[in-house]
Amino acid sequence: MAANNKTYKPDALTTNPTLLWIAGVLSVVMMAPVAWLVGLSIKNNQELMLGTDSVFRLPYTAVNYLNILQTSRVFGWFFNSLVVASGQTLGVLVLSSLAGYAFARLEFPFRRTLFVIVLFGLAVPEQAVIIARHQMFNWFGLHNTYLGLMLPGLSSAFGVFLMTQFFRAIPKEIDEAALLDNASQFRIFWKIMLPLTLPAQATLGIFTFLHGWNDYWWPLISATKKDMFTLTVGIASSQTNFAQSEGLGFLASQAVFASLPVLVVYLIFQRHIVTAVSGGAVK
Amino acid sequence: MAKTYRRSQWSHGLFILPYLSAFALLLVFPLFWGIWLSLHKVDLFGPGRFVGLANYVRVFADPVFLQALRNTIVFVIVSVPSLVALGLFLALALNRTTRATSFFRGLFFSSSVLSVTIVTLIWRFVFIPGDGLMSVIFKHLGAEPIHFLSTSGWSLFSIGVATVWWCLGLPMMLFLAALQQIPADLYEAAALDNASPWRVLTRITLPSIARTIMLVTIIQIVMQFQLFGQAQLMTNGGPNGTSRPLVMYIYEVGFVRWDIGKGAAASQILFLIILCAAMAQYVVSTRKTEN
Repeated sequence: MAANNKTYKPDALTTNPTLLWIAGVLSVVMMAPVAWLVGLSIKNNQELMLGTDSVFRLPYTAVNYLNILQTSRVFGWFFNSLVVASGQTLGVLVLSSLAGYAFARLEFPFRRTLFVIVLFGLAVPEQAVIIARHQMFNWFGLHNTYLGLMLPGLSSAFGVFLMTQFFRAIPKEIDEAALLDNASQFRIFWKIMLPLTLPAQATLGIFTFLHGWNDYWWPLISATKKDMFTLTVGIASSQTNFAQSEGLGFLASQAVFASLPVLVVYLIFQRHIVTAVSGGAVK
Repeated sequence: MAKTYRRSQWSHGLFILPYLSAFALLLVFPLFWGIWLSLHKVDLFGPGRFVGLANYVRVFADPVFLQALRNTIVFVIVSVPSLVALGLFLALALNRTTRATSFFRGLFFSSSVLSVTIVTLIWRFVFIPGDGLMSVIFKHLGAEPIHFLSTSGWSLFSIGVATVWWCLGLPMMLFLAALQQIPADLYEAAALDNASPWRVLTRITLPSIARTIMLVTIIQIVMQFQLFGQAQLMTNGGPNGTSRPLVMYIYEVGFVRWDIGKGAAASQILFLIILCAAMAQYVVSTRKTEN
């Protein structure tokens, strides 16, 4: 029977190679705009002005990428994004691990009620709080600061939810044994529990980093000085005067440059990202 | 000894204190402060007098808001089924572990990790008149190029194409996860009966993942109702506001014209809509555990 199971194709329909072929065609459609972008980025701006169909012809050049290195503000924005996304990641990991541990494995008054309230937080869209949040940050002079860009990410309930699930999955016997040795609650968390959740930390960390890196809405509203733009807002701001000042090729090379780090992170940590995204949405 | 550990203690709550303060300060307080603002006349210098529901009345009397609401609903009605259908198709096609399928999975999900700025930039390079990829293709075919981003109807359509391209990965992954949960003996029984592939799909596969289809639909409704960046960057809501979504309306009223009370009221309306969808999601996801 078991052997039978293995040879059995899980879904009769998917053994149909036509479906795979259609998926292949779709993937070409999917990649065509990206190929076009890369093509534009390696063309001379003057040549593109005469007609963008020159993308399909030689010569190609790296001049746009060299221009990024020399002239543009992209590096500053890149650095800002790095600071904001890293800060958020660290903050979310600390807060979510502590809270997830307590929600999953400790008893304290109002535990259930608080957890339900936090879950409710998942349903609050950013748009519902954005105007009040903008005013609050104004009172404390937090706009155009790194702290101001980082803080809103820390309230996300997603990390707490994810870490609670991970901590629940650890067998009870492990910390009960430690308790027999009279270890303090924090020691158990720090020395025994936390190391066990390292894969989960990686998953949540990568997910939070990507989220922070890609955030557009809050930095757009909070960062009004060009020096404090994150990469998303910065690229968007040079997008608005499309083509007229810097040239299509230069703009395209900026886009390629800005998406490279994310794609590299994705290629390395694909499994973690997919776990975080699908685990959080379904359960 | 284990009993002391399991016993309820206030000190255990210290673990959640850091997160709870962030949650209260950055989410709960602004949520209620926003509701309060929506009930007051507010200008740049601060909140003024209580005006009841006047801001809400002003929002609903605003033709720009009604247009944005209609745009958003049209957008959701078109984009969500496209995402669900395409995601489902890809999941069915790629539901095996070979080198080719995992490559395709990775490829179809890869656009999801890009920021909205990059996505819109890529698609503007496709849709801009004259220089865009579509124009180049149309010219080669000898057809009259369409001004995708500045023609009413086409502009919202273009935003939809970019959105489906961007968001396709999540539905696909969720469907794949669901397909792998279907017990193999169901398929064995079908094979014994010599059931056709179409029958297997409609009688076994789809009914088995019905709950996931519901969930994915709701998740996408919630996400697509929050459409903003694509519209702001690709068309800026144009032409004549025909592609302006709700969130862009909130942004313009609250942060461009600084009519804080009205913006807060509009954002509460959006919140209510999304809350309804989230409730539906909660009901659907808990229903199975009861069975």
